[in-house]
Amino acid sequence: MFEGWDAVALARAQFAFTMSFHIVFPAFSIGLASYLAVLEARWLLTGREVFLNLFNYWLKIFAVAFGMGVVSGIVMAYQFGTNWSAFADKTGPVIGPLMAYEVLTAFFLEAGFLGVMLFGLKLVGPRLHFLATLMVAIGTLISAFWILSSNSWMQTPTGYAVNADGQFIPTDWLEVIFNPSFPYRLVHMVLAAYLTMALVVGAVGAFHLLRDPHIAGPRVMFSMAMWMAALVAPIQILAGDQHGLNTLEHQPVKIMGMEGHYQSHPDGAPLILFGLPDQRQGRVKYALEIPKMGSLILKHSPNAPMPGLDTVPRENWPPVPITFWSFRIMVGMGFLMFGLGLFSLWCRWRGTLFDSRLLHVFAVLMGPAGFIAVLAGWITTETGRQPFTVYNLLRTAESASPLAAPAIGSSLLAFVIVYFVVYAAGVTYLLRLMSQPPHAGEAGPPHEVPTRTAGITPAIEGVTQ
Amino acid sequence: MSLAIDLATIWAFIIAFAVFVYVVMDGFDLGLGILFPLFPAKADRDVIMISVAPVWDGNETWLVLGGGGVMAAFPLAYSVLLPALYTPMIAMLIALVFRGVAFEFRWRTQRERNPWDLAFAGGSWLAALAQGIALGAILQGVHVEARHYAGGWWDWLTPFSILTGVSLLIGYALLGATWLVMKTEGSLRDRAYRLSWLLLIAMLGAIVAVSIATPFLHLQYTHRWFTWPNIIFTAPVPIAVAAVTALLLRALTNKYDYQPFFLSLALFALSYAGLGISMYPFIVPQSITIWQAAAPPNSQIFLLFGVSVLIPLILGYTAWAYWVFRGKVRPESGYH
Repeated sequence: MFEGWDAVALARAQFAFTMSFHIVFPAFSIGLASYLAVLEARWLLTGREVFLNLFNYWLKIFAVAFGMGVVSGIVMAYQFGTNWSAFADKTGPVIGPLMAYEVLTAFFLEAGFLGVMLFGLKLVGPRLHFLATLMVAIGTLISAFWILSSNSWMQTPTGYAVNADGQFIPTDWLEVIFNPSFPYRLVHMVLAAYLTMALVVGAVGAFHLLRDPHIAGPRVMFSMAMWMAALVAPIQILAGDQHGLNTLEHQPVKIMGMEGHYQSHPDGAPLILFGLPDQRQGRVKYALEIPKMGSLILKHSPNAPMPGLDTVPRENWPPVPITFWSFRIMVGMGFLMFGLGLFSLWCRWRGTLFDSRLLHVFAVLMGPAGFIAVLAGWITTETGRQPFTVYNLLRTAESASPLAAPAIGSSLLAFVIVYFVVYAAGVTYLLRLMSQPPHAGEAGPPHEVPTRTAGITPAIEGVTQ
Repeated sequence: MSLAIDLATIWAFIIAFAVFVYVVMDGFDLGLGILFPLFPAKADRDVIMISVAPVWDGNETWLVLGGGGVMAAFPLAYSVLLPALYTPMIAMLIALVFRGVAFEFRWRTQRERNPWDLAFAGGSWLAALAQGIALGAILQGVHVEARHYAGGWWDWLTPFSILTGVSLLIGYALLGATWLVMKTEGSLRDRAYRLSWLLLIAMLGAIVAVSIATPFLHLQYTHRWFTWPNIIFTAPVPIAVAAVTALLLRALTNKYDYQPFFLSLALFALSYAGLGISMYPFIVPQSITIWQAAAPPNSQIFLLFGVSVLIPLILGYTAWAYWVFRGKVRPESGYH
């Protein structure tokens, strides 16, 4: 099997596949962990039972999603060695410590406190339990910090030298960690995670409001989610714009790919709204474009010259048809989120937040939008970095393991089969949990450990009753 | 240069420590999965799962640290070993996916016969076998040219690697059985005692078999263990194995609850020390030493700061999490 296939292409397909299935879970659980911390804090501060019910409701969903994130994450930790061993050898001295710091500062924090967060409320009491929830939430954010730092270093490498064996050697760790694209990418991704979570919570709330607009839980979660969408979506659009300008400065070829700029435009580039990029002919067919708008957005001047891919050797071109479209999908999703936020503000002002069926249907439809945007965004930035793994320094083709196509093809096939089985089941269970409305006396995860001694602590009893 | 040498040795011990913590912590929870087919009753299985559900995730994190640590401190070894162990590594990862999701999924299915129990058991068997096979494959050495693995993707498959695979499977099952002795009561614990006996005998057989087979792999191993004056340092290892075995037999006879688990851990520690004695200072036996594989001092020192502060902290809050869920798991407590 797979004799005569291109081993590097198979390895890339495997990375793209396993990464795409992995990233949706952290994207969701980063946001959800923070949301759980907020819910628990509000429960502790107000003593209102609805917050505890919502906490337990989303905790069950968090447990399933987090578990899937963990197992698919372990796969990622070993992909660098199994399929990209030349990359691992050359970049290990730089990327390795960043990833090890992620494990030490984030994974252990999450994993160490997750058990208490999921099953320990009655064992340790509400205060320590809240601390555990907080630790898990902080852990997810620290994890994002390190992983985005190492990814950003691959995009905009700084603070390194190259030794005789061709390895990248760190010369200044602060420059490595805080490389030029890192702050933008970190902000963009964390906001994306919060939006993704808000859209899922909003969709679940709206789904139950459509059935019965009077139960407390869905009203509270829908209102919180719509605040989040209304506030964060515009911030995200601004952050994305800044990230784009940063990319133009450090990775101009990636921007050419995203914008479909095959040709140079000495007197101001158009904004190509839609079209069919043709990589072989090096032009965008059937382009629908706004003259000068590209230069206006990217250079803040309508006549600013914009070089195109015709100034770049062909072997260094990113695959434009992919980045062109994935970028447009991401941006489109962003503006839909913005629209949902505005609509919810309008309804809130009119006092119809819990009654507008149109808003609720819109929110339900937008449930997966965050995931789509996250995937499209990552495809844009990772594909836009091609044909390099470390931008302009290490080619993807020189990064792969010395293994023949049958090995990589077989493992790819195995991952595809296993992930489809496991994810189909996982998504089914998640949707089943979400299809139940949160109710009074909501229980936590099903295998909650029983009380050992005196039962539920008086403090909890006081606030829950 | 002398600084670099010291750093590499320090890092070899740190990695060895992380891998050992992984082996003993995920070892017992993989062991529970290995023993799953022997406990077909749903009530027993629920208790087994509850006994480990709050901590399995942390246990598995040590595997990520082991892998990430090798990539950071010994990138050359990471880039040579993982392609060499390609098939067992992929099998292990897929097995861990199945058994990992089973912790959550098995409570969510509405089917009569729980498919995730099969995933948990099958995943545990496969992961344990794959890890043991990987260990054997490392011990027997891999084909290296320049800075690359230069063999095929089935080179790891030998009678020796199968032997180490089965041995680790037995060892994990022993850890799982003695964990159950510690965490459960009644008929479940009685069966765990009987299993511990059988598995201890099997484990001793495995230790002897691997100990006899290893010196035949390479002259270096024979030399390391049996020549004067090395033997002064190596002889205590088998003697200690005998002593721990005697204590373990006594603990099982007297039906102690806690001792069997911790003595089984001691047996693992001794076997592990034996492996270390055989391998040092190679990280890829016969090909690459820890000094050849070492990342530059700048990388190793940077991470050493983090490790020396964070590992004690991690051990602290991990211990706290175990403490919160200490004591026996009660069967009636499982589900709400």
